[in-house]
Amino acid sequence: MAKIEVKNLKKSFDNLEVLKDIKLDVEEGEVICIIGPSGSGKSTMLRCLNALEEATGGTIVIDGNDITDNHGNIDLYRRNIGMVFQQFNLFPHMSVKENIMLAPTSLKLMSKKEAEETALLLLDRVGLKEKADAMPTELSGGQQQRVAIARALAMHPDVMLFDEPTSALDPEMVGEVLNVMKQLAQEGMTMVVVTHEMGFAREVADRVIFIDDGYIVEEGPPEEVFNNPKHERTKNFLNMVL
Amino acid sequence: MSIFELFIQSFPRLMDGLWITLSTTLISLAIAAVLGLTFGLMLVSNSKILRGIAIVYVSIIRGTPIIVQAFFIYFGVPNATGIRLTAVTAGIITLSLNAGAYTAEIVRGGIQSIPKGQMEAARSLGLTKTLAMRKVILPQALRIMLPSIVNQCIITLKDSSILSVIGLAELTQTGRLIIANNFESFKMWIIIAIMYMIPILILTRISKEIERKLKVGQN
Repeated sequence: MAKIEVKNLKKSFDNLEVLKDIKLDVEEGEVICIIGPSGSGKSTMLRCLNALEEATGGTIVIDGNDITDNHGNIDLYRRNIGMVFQQFNLFPHMSVKENIMLAPTSLKLMSKKEAEETALLLLDRVGLKEKADAMPTELSGGQQQRVAIARALAMHPDVMLFDEPTSALDPEMVGEVLNVMKQLAQEGMTMVVVTHEMGFAREVADRVIFIDDGYIVEEGPPEEVFNNPKHERTKNFLNMVL
Repeated sequence: MSIFELFIQSFPRLMDGLWITLSTTLISLAIAAVLGLTFGLMLVSNSKILRGIAIVYVSIIRGTPIIVQAFFIYFGVPNATGIRLTAVTAGIITLSLNAGAYTAEIVRGGIQSIPKGQMEAARSLGLTKTLAMRKVILPQALRIMLPSIVNQCIITLKDSSILSVIGLAELTQTGRLIIANNFESFKMWIIIAIMYMIPILILTRISKEIERKLKVGQN
């Protein structure tokens, strides 16, 4: 059974139909990159996977539990699904360390001491151990995003969702964030990444998905999608971004 | 009689009045804080019913003069229910309900001024809505709300003078009673004005200090 099974997913905002009929399976340990023009629905699709957007129709089954049926406790599913946002969304009133410790301690999953050790370990992993006591506003965008990744990892998620994690960064900081993500992929994390970084998608993704106008137009291994796109719309899009 | 002599002569009564003013205001503000937080959270709730109740409450208070509210609670409610309220109780209820409604609006504004991404980030970590509110949204909102809250405290302190109309022996009413005896209305109202100004200036000073500290904490 796939880790995540999405079937017939539809999402509308009032009269605007953003996702029309999405079918997607994410296997354990797989890295999927979602590409597509702005407004194509790729971020909306990602946000449906942890119910930040409520699906209008269809099913999203994670580890055998349908998160769209409102029976289960969505907060419990979310603990296993980390999310990294375009705008980082660090909590500005807490230090870097406290940002990472917040969820494990307030959900009583770790003692304060355990959470602190975990935080320092994770900060070391993203190369920011010396920033543990800094406030988020003292960090560069790239550093903030790496803290955001560490914060998500503190819950030991099985899946990580990335919503255009490098789009708000200055060009010289994109690399440091992508490197952390690459390392994570190599460690076997299941990842779904909405991105405009075609180089990253080509190098790291097991599968690339091209979304346009609310549908998955094309999907396959990166070399196939990038070198031999079958659909006209994929070709057009790739011509514009590559 | 000089203004100073007048002050010394009326000192005990003025202090009684000031005490009633300050204690009534403080108790009312404490109740208003609870009301404001509760109804403020209801104003941003997903539930239409809760939102509706809060909107009705805020609309009634904002849509009517506080003097009408005071008369309604002191004279109107006992007239209908037979339960007699003392001026102090009626005064505290009036001020609490009044300040509570305005505080609810301050709380709503503060919460809504926090970027949506903060709630989403907290929820994506598995925090319940309540936890996310408590740990992430409200601490940030409070900093933004602080100047408005202090402002509301000042308004409530001054509004307490309106309670003189239901006979509450607070500072303004005390001033009127003293003047009825000595006819020194010019000097007495200056004294009363200064007695309102002092606590308000102290309050303003404290809030500036807290704001400064919060800014340092946030960097």
